[in-house]
Amino acid sequence: MKLLTVSPAPHIHGKATTSGIMRDVLIALAPAAVASAVIFGLRALLVIAVCVASSVVFEWGYEKLTKRDNTVRDMSACVTGVLLAYNLPVTIPLWQAVVGSAVAIILVKQLFGGIGRNFANPAITARIFMALAFAGTMSNFTYDAVTSATPLVYLQNGAFSFSYSVRDLFLGTHAGVLGETCAVALIIGFVYLLIRRVISWETSVVYVVVVFALSAAFGWDPVRSILSGGLMLGAIFMATDYVTAPMTFWGRVIFGAGCGVLTVIIRRYGSYPEGVSFSILLMNILTPYINKLTMSRPFGGART
Amino acid sequence: MRKTGGVRTPHRKATSDSKGAQMTTPPEVILPMDMHRGKPAKCLVSVGDYVKVGQKIGEADGESSAHIHSSVSGTVKRIDAVNPATGGAQTRVVIESDGLQTFDETLAPPVVETLEQFLAAVKASGVVGLGGGAAPAGPKLTLRDPSKIDYLIVNGAECEPYMTSDTRTMIDDSELLWDGVRAIKRFLGIKNIVLAIEKNKPEPIRIMREYAAKEPIASVFVLPTLYPQGARLTLVYKVTGRIVPEGKRPGDAGCVVINCSTLASIMRYIKTGVPMVATRVTVDGSAVKNPQNVLVPLGAPIADVLEFCGGLKTDAAKIITGGPMMGKAVPDLSAPIVKSTGTLLALSEKEARLPEPSPCIMCGRCIANCPMKLMPVEIQNAYLSGKTERLRALKPGMCVECGCCSFTCPAGRPLTQYVKLAKTQLREKEASR
Repeated sequence: MKLLTVSPAPHIHGKATTSGIMRDVLIALAPAAVASAVIFGLRALLVIAVCVASSVVFEWGYEKLTKRDNTVRDMSACVTGVLLAYNLPVTIPLWQAVVGSAVAIILVKQLFGGIGRNFANPAITARIFMALAFAGTMSNFTYDAVTSATPLVYLQNGAFSFSYSVRDLFLGTHAGVLGETCAVALIIGFVYLLIRRVISWETSVVYVVVVFALSAAFGWDPVRSILSGGLMLGAIFMATDYVTAPMTFWGRVIFGAGCGVLTVIIRRYGSYPEGVSFSILLMNILTPYINKLTMSRPFGGART
Repeated sequence: MRKTGGVRTPHRKATSDSKGAQMTTPPEVILPMDMHRGKPAKCLVSVGDYVKVGQKIGEADGESSAHIHSSVSGTVKRIDAVNPATGGAQTRVVIESDGLQTFDETLAPPVVETLEQFLAAVKASGVVGLGGGAAPAGPKLTLRDPSKIDYLIVNGAECEPYMTSDTRTMIDDSELLWDGVRAIKRFLGIKNIVLAIEKNKPEPIRIMREYAAKEPIASVFVLPTLYPQGARLTLVYKVTGRIVPEGKRPGDAGCVVINCSTLASIMRYIKTGVPMVATRVTVDGSAVKNPQNVLVPLGAPIADVLEFCGGLKTDAAKIITGGPMMGKAVPDLSAPIVKSTGTLLALSEKEARLPEPSPCIMCGRCIANCPMKLMPVEIQNAYLSGKTERLRALKPGMCVECGCCSFTCPAGRPLTQYVKLAKTQLREKEASR
């Protein structure tokens, strides 16, 4: 007879796998890809394809070069690629998109040890890098072949209600980066992620609610405020990144609230119109401390 | 509903209609003197002795020990001092069966009229916790202050996949089980008796409800089908809302938890005078030819039990005593069935395949699903980086080793194993301080 396998319990495993989770995230991101193609034209799909392809190549190449286990099959690089593309305007030169992917995958992810080890969200950090390095092309927003300012700029100038209807904001038919404009598509993705139990509701909901409340306090139209800029994209897909966000319920509540407060402060006082990326990055840095602070109390255990 | 952690495992209770065939007597049985938790029993026989079924061959060494009785009639062939699988010291009495199954004629039902007599009978029965704990049943039922115990919870959760031996106890031995409930009510004076059963067992629930209807203090509590409802601390909380404090027992929360098959086995002794010499084992897994429940004489080698069930298919890859979540993979088919072996699984290569561990993506599933609300990933990290203070604060010692964290980990990390290692390391450090 063959040799028997001996290993510690448990001897069966659930269905969840890393690649399965990433596949679900990609499915959840799909409606926004369709929306971007409809709103901004087919070049949107080209930008997404370039970002995904270059992210995967950088991940594969770096791991090949450093002789590490190849993690391309877990599809996390695809997710990073799509998220990066969603943060770029449709007019972005493709070589700049490739540079962005390199920053995301090599600088932010691989140099810190690859999947699960990076402390900052790769796509967000790359977006911030590109906003600084390629300031001109990164703020060149066209919609319907007309270059225009994004709703957030109007919001800050107080002229908001003159430019975009809530319906436009909801459907995303306005200027902005690829993935952020269509709230409907993003919310469909959110519902899918909740049903599949990939993420839990607290980070996204707390984030949006805090922005809503503080916007109202600052005298902005709170509905337009939560539907503008990268808030929906950030709250649903970036602030919920496992690796860079807390692991406990209360940790995620704190994380979402912190993101909300920072976003509104930057929108109100900052020199950049948008604060979502910066606020998520800042909260990423705090994540290990939030995890420590919100350590779960064992069942029946004394407080330590 | 009181919320607890846990995971949705597959059920695979395909043998729940299998009553339990009496296994043919094996040519020899191996009876270890430590088939229970606690002190090993003291061996009473020598090589060459003739023993009969039910004859005591191991004497309990104190309260936290249990008697061992011969499961066959025959001759003591050898007494091993070493467990060949582990290399550890273990006294094992090997008896060659004469095939006659002659009962010890001195066996007679005990007189049980008082609490002392009841407890003496529990001890004499040789029964240990059949839910997997294998702790001698006597100490659990020896209450310091019965007035402080509000609940007796009879555990029929049977949350491990495949296992149906408790289901069969509740169906086939329902009379014995309820004799036990009534005995405990009479001698221990407990106010509430609750039979806790997972929702996926409609037949036992129906039968137990019929009995409970006739007993004013008894009721049936239907648990959700969520592993591990049968873990006693989870069970106490689900049924009563009470949380057993760290390092304490259910008794400190006014509860006694006893497995349904344990209670039925105690009553079988009180009724018949025959101590525990056999156990009902669910033999299942896709590499077994005829999966079924089997009444196995204690000490029967695993190979013989599998043979009785038609033998193994060619793709057998892993043999497990116990359920797939908490059971032990055995390296060697000559190992014996012991009192607490409720399940014997033979998994095929496909069933036994586990994912290769990949890097943690910090999804937090292990934390969200831990029934003890521990943080397995943090325990793993603290253990791997040797941070003792941090490890202590994370309390790996409270882990019940249910396996939910490993089961649910998308990166396939052996978290349960890390927590066990952390637990042991911490215990050793505490001991050396």
